[in-house]
Amino acid sequence: MSNDATPSIARPGLADRLLRRGPLEATATMIIAAGVVMLMQPFSLTLYSWSFATTLFGTVMFTIVSKVRE
Amino acid sequence: MVRPGVARRIRGLSDRALAWLFITPTIVLLLAINIFPLLWTIYLSFTNYRANRANVPMIWLGADWYQSILTDPDIWAAMQVTAHFVIWTVVIETVLGFGLAYLIDKKFRGHGMWTTIILLPMMLSPAVVGNFWTFLYQPQIGLFNYVVAFFTGRPASSFQMLGDVTLSPWAIVIVDAWMWTPYVMLICLAGLRSIPDYIYEAAEVDRASKWRQFWSITLPMALPFIMLAVLFRGIENFKMFDMVNLLTGGGPGSTTEVASITLKRAAFESWRTGYSSAFAIILFVTVFGLANIYVKALNKVKSR
Repeated sequence: MSNDATPSIARPGLADRLLRRGPLEATATMIIAAGVVMLMQPFSLTLYSWSFATTLFGTVMFTIVSKVRE
Repeated sequence: MVRPGVARRIRGLSDRALAWLFITPTIVLLLAINIFPLLWTIYLSFTNYRANRANVPMIWLGADWYQSILTDPDIWAAMQVTAHFVIWTVVIETVLGFGLAYLIDKKFRGHGMWTTIILLPMMLSPAVVGNFWTFLYQPQIGLFNYVVAFFTGRPASSFQMLGDVTLSPWAIVIVDAWMWTPYVMLICLAGLRSIPDYIYEAAEVDRASKWRQFWSITLPMALPFIMLAVLFRGIENFKMFDMVNLLTGGGPGSTTEVASITLKRAAFESWRTGYSSAFAIILFVTVFGLANIYVKALNKVKSR
């Protein structure tokens, strides 16, 4: 009869690892930065047109995820 | 003197109620000065409101102004002028500011006096700086043209810093760099002074060269402070209005028309209040997004 005394440690799943404040804030920061670059770049009017939506999305995301647990 | 009845009533209040009593005037003031104008601007950005025709009934336009601004090549050009101004000022200020901070940190003889002299431009009002540099840039009597003439051999009156299409964007970059490099220097100096001496002593023991110490210790440890300065100057210059308005007013043509000058023209020259409100909201969201990144960087620096 085997008697395994080692306590089983539950490994955090992918969702648990990703849905934390750090990575989510980093993602939101990247989206905001992309929005600002799109607003000011001189190459594509289409990118400029989508810049506000991108920055707004990043800003709202940052505001929400800054309340997520660490 | 507090009347006995009032005093008794205040004494009967809980700590929480008292706290609310004290902060309520501030909250009301904040709502009246900050939040209400913001919400009102958001509302106006969806209407055809014109401040010079306040009696005309407002019509709800939805996101028409946003669509118009975000497909307008002229506004896009203004954003590129802003980008030119922001990128070059931030690059020049960061390089010069860090260089000056590195020199001042060496604590040579008279470094206190030099720090004060370097900090002087930062203490001036942008209105004063704008007027002051308008005189310096005068092609006939301005000192700037004479200094350039002395070093290049070109006649002093052969070029106009503020009247030339090619030179005017650089004229405002020079003035902003002159004024705000000391600020970047201060932040970088704080970063350099926060590096413990024992790290350099350990590097000396390991016979690391000065160059290696700079790349492996100084720069990485001062980097959060440099990032803070870059973000702060980036946000400030994105909103820049006063100095550009005084120096060039957006001209010649629209070569120095940064976003805030375009906004002022739409709001107070064309009186397109709804349109300019939408533009203001676009700029606000951009600055708010950048400010979030700034606060995150600030917290990172604080936690060190």
